Amino acid sequence: MAEITVTKTLDCTGMLCPMPVVKTAKAMKELSIGDILEMISTDPGSMPDMNAWANQTKHELVEALDEGGKFRFKIKKTH
Amino acid sequence: MAKGNNKLAIIATQGTLDWAYPPFILATAAGAMGWDVGIFFTFYGLPLLKKDLSASISPASNPAMPMRMPFGPAAFQKINWPIPNIISSNIPGFESMATSLMKQTFKNKGVASVEELREMAIDLDVRLIACQMTMDVFGFAKEEFIDEVEIAGAAAFLEFASDANISLFV
Repeated sequence: MAEITVTKTLDCTGMLCPMPVVKTAKAMKELSIGDILEMISTDPGSMPDMNAWANQTKHELVEALDEGGKFRFKIKKTH
Repeated sequence: MAKGNNKLAIIATQGTLDWAYPPFILATAAGAMGWDVGIFFTFYGLPLLKKDLSASISPASNPAMPMRMPFGPAAFQKINWPIPNIISSNIPGFESMATSLMKQTFKNKGVASVEELREMAIDLDVRLIACQMTMDVFGFAKEEFIDEVEIAGAAAFLEFASDANISLFV
């Protein structure tokens, strides 16, 4: 599989709900269709929250990694 | 906003620091998901719309509120200090102390302040609606509130909420 090229990285380390999704939503607005946003968080709730956020906004969650207390998401802007 | 969007309607009736969080957290999370969101502030929720936001908490008659210290070693921070109502309601300055402890705890844990959440809500086009009737009853003037506030009555809010998927009373 080809490496996913990240357009922008957003670091939400140390932030709790609802900041990671709010910051992600804001960052996505500034990107273009097809761009990939990488979001890094430590909020234990961000795994279910980011899945829900992607479902609701119809952006594509191409990667969601749990690196043991640290989460790494890659989201493709679809619209 | 796109047609067929999810919609969240919240009634916020409490203005203490602890109760200020649920409506703003839910509103910003929903706004971040592209939902249409409106919060109707009535009774003691109205002060949350003031330019000078100064929400505080009262441990008195809030028996389930954990009282913990936001500083010191981890084991010390885990201790829950039971405060009898006779102390929390009679000692001058107790509420402001409890308020600053809670604010510090929130900050240490990485929770946004109520002010920040309110700004984010505005940024996400959350409608902030003040209840006209309770403004009159409690003597609030429109000028005391931030500019983004709309003023309306029950019928107007109900019309907004009539096609909401989720309606919450906080």
